[in-house]
Amino acid sequence: MSQFREIRWHGRGGQGAWTASELLAKAAILEGRHVQSFPEFGPERMGAPLASFTRISDESIRLHCSIYNPDVAVVLDPTLLKTVKVTKGLAEDGILVVNTQESPQELRKKLDITSQKVWTVPATDIAIKILNVPITNTAMLGAATRAASLVSLESIEKVVRKRFTKEELAERNVAVIREAYKEVRAT
Amino acid sequence: MKAGQQETRAMNGDEAVAYAVKQSDVDVVAAYPITPQTIIVERFSEYVADGKVKTEFVCTESEHSALSACVAASATGARTFTASASAGLALMHEILYVTSGCRAPVVMAIANRALSAPINIHCDHSDSMAERDSSWVQIYVENSQEAYDSIIQAFRIAEHPDLLLPVMVCLDAFFLSHTLENVKVLPDEAVREFVGNRQLPLITNHNGEKVPFKLDPDNPITMGPLDLFDYYFEHKRQQEEAMQKAAQIITETHNAYSQLTGRRYGNGLVDSYRLEDAEIATVCVGSTAGTTKTVVDQLRAKGVKAGLLRLRNFRPLPVRDIKEALENISAIAVMDRSNSFGGYGGPIFHELRHVLYDTSSHPYVVDYIYGLGGRDMPQNIIKGIYKDLMEIVETKSVKEYVQFAGVR
Repeated sequence: MSQFREIRWHGRGGQGAWTASELLAKAAILEGRHVQSFPEFGPERMGAPLASFTRISDESIRLHCSIYNPDVAVVLDPTLLKTVKVTKGLAEDGILVVNTQESPQELRKKLDITSQKVWTVPATDIAIKILNVPITNTAMLGAATRAASLVSLESIEKVVRKRFTKEELAERNVAVIREAYKEVRAT
Repeated sequence: MKAGQQETRAMNGDEAVAYAVKQSDVDVVAAYPITPQTIIVERFSEYVADGKVKTEFVCTESEHSALSACVAASATGARTFTASASAGLALMHEILYVTSGCRAPVVMAIANRALSAPINIHCDHSDSMAERDSSWVQIYVENSQEAYDSIIQAFRIAEHPDLLLPVMVCLDAFFLSHTLENVKVLPDEAVREFVGNRQLPLITNHNGEKVPFKLDPDNPITMGPLDLFDYYFEHKRQQEEAMQKAAQIITETHNAYSQLTGRRYGNGLVDSYRLEDAEIATVCVGSTAGTTKTVVDQLRAKGVKAGLLRLRNFRPLPVRDIKEALENISAIAVMDRSNSFGGYGGPIFHELRHVLYDTSSHPYVVDYIYGLGGRDMPQNIIKGIYKDLMEIVETKSVKEYVQFAGVR
């Protein structure tokens, strides 16, 4: 059966949610899939909540409208949980992946989630440890890749190495992705 | 050239346009950046800075100047490109008519954006629809792949010696301009071979000699002089005659390109989707057609005989194709992403009802103004439009001929 999945990324302006959605799309193209990646078409301000989107399909994608019922929601910044309903429209059997120090069980209880699968990862800690900055988009890309089985880790690493032309930065981001991929936990 | 030799890239609509221009051996690009067209100009200026093209790139101080520079360059025989949107296109208005009147085959990408006020950077078709009478060929694309393909075709169409009219390739702001998609690109040589060199027709100069139609100090001719009631009318009639030949040139170019790539967009003029046995149909241009195709499939799965006609060309209007595609449909909804304030519906509705007036079947034709200022057009609104059409067929009556869809 052909697969069609819609992913919504939650971040703040400047945190790289659109970059994460693009990197995922480019990794899927490497695997011969069809993709779309687009930002939320609203005003973008540094620090303000925003979303970006990825579609991945085995067949060509004809939809040119926003995503209302994503299969996967990824949260780059834990402070968004207080202000943004990150589960809005999330499919009944959907997957939520959140950057937080809390366990999936704690988060499930806090957000009153019943049917969807919840994954958590301390992405900010991982980013600070390896990148020395709290930029979590690549960490959450690694976490989402594992949680939702979207593409292979190898494809993600390929596009990240291509994206960051400075080799040292590329390798550090690859290390972040690997660690988040390993550390992300589910209920 | 086989499809296998094409390479799949991840590009948004703007990048796809810039890449097509890079491959099309363009002599002059004069442009002024405006959201959401900016990426086209940025990417192309990178190609220039990196020495990947030999193009003369002119950064002008306004869109009016950008298109003026393009007309002048084109008059010397140069292959010429520019891009704009919204207020930028509006500022070009005067020069749009100069371009077509001088028979300058300029190609321009438009990232369709709303007009101010209130200021809005998002998608609707108010900008290009306002220029429908300017004697430019207008192609509206459904996705980034078609944006790439159409730019390459546009040079060959515009420069065809029987046409010599400018071409606008219109892509929806953000839904296409900023959305990354799979785009298959041809090798550089294949594009270069397809577009070829610009062919200049021979004209008779002041001395009665045959010279190429271009500004050239060695063979001086006059272009764009004062032209009053003695000849102006004939020149306008010639423009209309050229437009009437455009349909065939567009179809031939589309067919030749399809041979090269394996990709087709209907017959190049209209793209019919599941219309063969359809009872109800929508008509639109641009990226909404893709979403609508998905809705049509869902309705078909439930036994509803729904279809879609996407107009790829709005100018020239494919009159014969519209009649053939729609004359046996019972009820038709036009979806207009722009409005003609105080008129009777949007611009596509005007033309569609007008064309179908001559058919003996006299289908019901209604209009939905949607998506102004980038308002999303989700599947459920399109489903609602088809539901209205089913009701029209059932009750044999129309409640409202012109409505807004998705407005509060």
